[in-house]
Amino acid sequence: MNFTNFGRYLLLLKAVFRKPEKFKIYLKAIFKQMDFVGVGSLGLIAIISTFIGAVMTLQIAFQLVSDFIPKTIIGSVNRDSSILELSPTITAIVLAGKIGSAISSEIGTMRVSEQIDALEIMGINSPGYLILPKIIAGITMVPLLVIMSMFLSITGGYIGGTLSGAVTPAEYIQGITTDFNPYTIVVALVKAFVFGFIITSVPAYEGFYVKGGALEVAQASTRAVVVSCITILACDYIVTQLLL
Amino acid sequence: MIEIKDIHKSFGSNKVLQGISGKFEAGVTNLIIGGSGSGKTTLLKCMIGLHHPEQGSVEYDGREFTSMNFEEKIEIRKEIGMLFQGSALFDSMTVEENIMFPLNMFTEQDRKEKLDRVNFCLERVNLEGKNKLFPAELSGGMKKRVGIARAIAMNPKYLFVDEPNSGLDPKTSIVIDELIKELTEEYNTTTIVVTHDMNSVMGIGDYILFLHEGKKFWEGSNKEIAHTEIQELNDFVFASRFMKAAKGKF
Repeated sequence: MNFTNFGRYLLLLKAVFRKPEKFKIYLKAIFKQMDFVGVGSLGLIAIISTFIGAVMTLQIAFQLVSDFIPKTIIGSVNRDSSILELSPTITAIVLAGKIGSAISSEIGTMRVSEQIDALEIMGINSPGYLILPKIIAGITMVPLLVIMSMFLSITGGYIGGTLSGAVTPAEYIQGITTDFNPYTIVVALVKAFVFGFIITSVPAYEGFYVKGGALEVAQASTRAVVVSCITILACDYIVTQLLL
Repeated sequence: MIEIKDIHKSFGSNKVLQGISGKFEAGVTNLIIGGSGSGKTTLLKCMIGLHHPEQGSVEYDGREFTSMNFEEKIEIRKEIGMLFQGSALFDSMTVEENIMFPLNMFTEQDRKEKLDRVNFCLERVNLEGKNKLFPAELSGGMKKRVGIARAIAMNPKYLFVDEPNSGLDPKTSIVIDELIKELTEEYNTTTIVVTHDMNSVMGIGDYILFLHEGKKFWEGSNKEIAHTEIQELNDFVFASRFMKAAKGKF
């Protein structure tokens, strides 16, 4: 995103947070978007998180071959990696693909088919009506999905580790319950909040300023996913640096 | 009444509008005509605030629109109804929801009142009972009529129509034209239609403003248009074989 785009992005956000025309209508749209972002992504995030947790356990066990290192460490490394990095970041990147491309295409199609112009002519603040519900859905549902992802990733680690014999159930449970620092959850939720904002606002920006036709909508959708992913990774580094 | 004064608009080095002025009265059908690329739609978009002219003013019954702030423009826009070239119906909503949308946003009516208004508007455009259909299930002509129904839902003082006949067969085009004229006279709206369709020009053009290469070349009524000496206008009006054959009979 160059400076011009960043400036336009900030101006769009300013318009997004103008006072809604009718809160009841916005509330309805927010619930619809929460269903799309949250409930609609449950299955995908559940599958990905469980497998990542399982694979993580196997890889940690593979690398910790020394007899001097207790196997309980497998559980604690998997727990901290899942909570601090894998659950928030992988969830965000997967959602950037799934939700981000959908948001960008939806708004882009509305732009090229003059539906956004129609909203403007009716006297409706189109950025607010179209984007605000999506951002609110993103910043509320992504943290919930990340919490679920943490739980399933650790559970997946348990299943994968015990099924393969890399770690016993007792060792794994001892590992995930030893030296747990609740602050890691706070860091993960801050990340999830930031990522939820990026996943919804960046694709909305890309879609909102589309010019042209179907090809440009598709290009905007691709750009939305790429820019969202890069922004997520940059913000991941910044938040980690600031909070840890 | 809408008055535009000395409108200038450029895109980069391309001067699309060069000093357009005109007065559009209420209760008559005002047409902006011209060939492709003459600046008709740009002028329309300048008038409704989707484009910002570099110079000039647009007045809605004496209220200067171009210098208004966001909130003031919103108030004017609540008095505007518009039919877009591609109808611009909201794909994810049914016909009923499309027409009810502005009512939901800006009125405190209960559901029954809103439904009555939707049904009245649908009846007015001869689409009774089509409430539950989605835009994808409608023909081009039906979409235009739903677009008109949505545009008149809030009883607009000003009605803008962009290329109402594009993509329609001649018979449906006449139905749409007559509907626009009837609504204009019935509700005394200030109606501005952007078109290059000569059937519309001859059929409903009470006041016509002709644009050519971004400049106003002529203004007058459909009774006068066939008798001008302006070469550019004659080239436009009598471009089709049908109109050439009919020349002298107007």
